[in-house]
Amino acid sequence: MKPAFPPVDCARRAALAMAALLTFHVSCAFAQRQDSVEVKIDHHRHNQYAELANAPEEARAKPNPLADDPDAIAAGKKLFEQHCAKCHGTAAEGRKKAPSLQVEEVQRAAPGTLFWILTNGVVRRGMPVWSKLPEQQRWQLVSFIKSLGHSAANETEKKAP
Amino acid sequence: MLVLYPIANDLQGDCLSFPSLRDISWAFLLSVLLFVTPAVRAQESPYIVTYDHYLEEPGSLEVEYFSTFGTQRAANDYHAYWVEVEYGATAWWTTGFYLDGQTTFHDSTLFTGFRWENRLRPFKHEHFINAVVYVEYEQISEADKIMKEVEGHDVESEHGDPNAALGQNHNHELELKLLLSRTYKGWNVAVNPLATKNLSPSSPWEFGYAIGASRPLALKASPNRCNLCRENFNAGAEIYGGLGDTQSFGMHNTSHYLAPVVAWNLPAGWTFRLSPGFGLNYNSHRLLLRWGVSREFSGFGEMVSHLFGRRR
Repeated sequence: MKPAFPPVDCARRAALAMAALLTFHVSCAFAQRQDSVEVKIDHHRHNQYAELANAPEEARAKPNPLADDPDAIAAGKKLFEQHCAKCHGTAAEGRKKAPSLQVEEVQRAAPGTLFWILTNGVVRRGMPVWSKLPEQQRWQLVSFIKSLGHSAANETEKKAP
Repeated sequence: MLVLYPIANDLQGDCLSFPSLRDISWAFLLSVLLFVTPAVRAQESPYIVTYDHYLEEPGSLEVEYFSTFGTQRAANDYHAYWVEVEYGATAWWTTGFYLDGQTTFHDSTLFTGFRWENRLRPFKHEHFINAVVYVEYEQISEADKIMKEVEGHDVESEHGDPNAALGQNHNHELELKLLLSRTYKGWNVAVNPLATKNLSPSSPWEFGYAIGASRPLALKASPNRCNLCRENFNAGAEIYGGLGDTQSFGMHNTSHYLAPVVAWNLPAGWTFRLSPGFGLNYNSHRLLLRWGVSREFSGFGEMVSHLFGRRR
């Protein structure tokens, strides 16, 4: 008796069915992943500045030795553009890879806290250790990052009627 | 040259008139590397043999080329070279792939093998001394002369045989290093003890060391953009050598070197390194003149993700 489908057709249909099933499973898996990513984003936003709170008291208390150096902000800006802007954005506005440094959490943080973060990185979250930059250069970076708060405040004042 | 070889090979014969798919792929990859990915200023250490504890930034790709000119008593001098592609997979894991080769004067040029290295940072924060674990698998012939490390009873005379003889023996080796390093007041001090095992069962573990110290010429950055500012130069010295093996441990019957090192970091992501190394005993080459150039490409991982349509 002749089969309803030749064997080659059967194999082709089976392969098509398998491919369709596989595509469906893969797309479902991606969709689930997207959902879980969205749920995680809120949690991530909440936690991305949490490392600031982990700075030890001794580190927080350190004053910026270059606070009165007139060149510190300009030098820090140059260093920021060279090493930090690719992740944090050219104006430190934040990008996918790294958060904004203009926000209140960062601007309220003590200079010593920012220096501690630069020195130790946030390795598990993808921020590398920057102790390879000499201490003075890290303080110059802190001076620049803290200056972002002043410039943001100035702009707000200018906009206000 | 190793990268360009397949293209040159295809340009012979029938392929002269139309570029093959492989040529186009290579051209595309090179153009991506050179023009699409942004370069950033690298802040590289000047060491050539020693490693500090700093890893590649996540998503960054570094392409390096290094040369070693070595003098040889009672045999021909040589020029050994390697190309390395190093990628920051995460902030705690850097992986790299090497291709090695050498030219022995009045003899021949050989491709001598490849290495796959991984550096893993176990600790979250900086400590008084920082540790990174280094694991490398290498498949190299005995003609390999890049001397990226000195181990066991490595001596100058081993490099004296003709390439035809040396190139026939291939070794599979596992190399482990502990990269200990600290930066204090601008000075970086790094100590790397190493252990290597040839994966053939009868071979003993071999040991070696590398120690380096370096410092930028200026600790404060100038507010102006400049290529020749002192802060862009990093200088120091490294000392490295063998420590024998499990059957005969110690500093005797092996070679040791002392090498001043200097690096020049340029704004476009380029770094140049130069290091004349001097043999410290009669088992060592008298001179190992090393130089290298590297370029760092930031955001390479992100760009590849976009190319393959992955949304983050």
